[in-house]
Amino acid sequence: MAADRVQRAWDVLGEVLDPEVPALSVRDLGIVRDVIDHGEELEVVLTPTYSGCPATEVIEQSVLGALQAEGLGPARATLRRAPAWTTDWITDEGKRKLLDYGIAPPGPVLPEGVSPIRIVRREPAIACPRCGSTHTERLSAFGSTACKAMYRCVSCREPFEHFKPI
Amino acid sequence: MSAASIQLKNDPAVQYLLRIGDTALVLGQRLAEWTGHAPQLEEDIALANMALDLVGQARAVLTRAGQLDGHGYDEDQLAFLREERDFRNVTLVELPRGDFAFTVLRNAMMASFFRLLWDSLKHSSDEELAAIAGKAVKEARYHQQHAFDWVVRLGQGTDESLRRLRTALDQLWPYTAELFSEDEVDEQAGASGLGPRWADLSDPWDAQMAELLGEAGLEIPKGTPFVSAGKRGVHSEHMGFLLAEMQYLQRAYPGGVW
Repeated sequence: MAADRVQRAWDVLGEVLDPEVPALSVRDLGIVRDVIDHGEELEVVLTPTYSGCPATEVIEQSVLGALQAEGLGPARATLRRAPAWTTDWITDEGKRKLLDYGIAPPGPVLPEGVSPIRIVRREPAIACPRCGSTHTERLSAFGSTACKAMYRCVSCREPFEHFKPI
Repeated sequence: MSAASIQLKNDPAVQYLLRIGDTALVLGQRLAEWTGHAPQLEEDIALANMALDLVGQARAVLTRAGQLDGHGYDEDQLAFLREERDFRNVTLVELPRGDFAFTVLRNAMMASFFRLLWDSLKHSSDEELAAIAGKAVKEARYHQQHAFDWVVRLGQGTDESLRRLRTALDQLWPYTAELFSEDEVDEQAGASGLGPRWADLSDPWDAQMAELLGEAGLEIPKGTPFVSAGKRGVHSEHMGFLLAEMQYLQRAYPGGVW
């Protein structure tokens, strides 16, 4: 019964969409780290994407609301900061949904060190989500939300967004 | 009518956290001022995004500072109800935003500093601070890349862009000494494992600045005996105006929420 409740909760969370990238569920995004059945109460462990992501509180409310609506409550959400969220946690299914939505999905995150930033650098080629060409250029490392960068496809001339690896 | 001010205890660990949180908060406030005023839409968005990251980092660190202080103050009370003398940000970040050259050069200085600081704080003896740092270090990397790109572009751009960058460097450089000045707060943090002594970040920071400024065609100005003292609560004449704007809502409507 307990296992069933947890499984149903995971199913429900697969339907709760990210408010800023509504192509993805919070499960696709990889921010749901655990669902724990405490008997009376269900605990959902979430890891925030960016320190200043304004969607964090909204996501928490949507998650709890969806669980209540399915009769799986009472539930509470807890925040787990470590390990830090990375785009590597976005599921393959999530990356496919991003591409279908017109956002170039993130590539793998390169190992992080305090290696000096290369002043003249070569960005890995980002494929255009519309025509697939890798002849693209970055317009800005920052986009409409903290998690995205703005690009332009030189082949088909369409602008697009890229979910940047972090 | 106004809300009563609060003060945190003079504990070195709390003070160390306030230095980090307040520096991120005040730089975030200065960057947010560019919203609607940047030279291009892309830069407007980039600066606002970085402000959002910095304010987010500040929220987390100030929340932790409030917990260690033990009076039960939250992030909002810390940001909006402390007075000028109780803010512990370095003076560098409170200077008015200046022109775009001034802003991107200061961002380059601060992103390099923050990246070194967060990277070291990943190993903090305080688990919460270590967790905050694990996230923030990745954000600082994007900020650094953005700022470095612009500094090189302006340095290698036109005579006018180089002139502006050089002016900005002369204005900013004297305030960088404070980042690495030592005192008992720094000493205790290093000894307890809470975080690095900021003085120890000086060598790698200098090396990064030398490489960046060399690429941009600028020389590092000579050092001067001047050391600002924002992190001890002695601020420039600009800080009061910044706080007046940032805090006005909570001061005018105490306890107001969205």
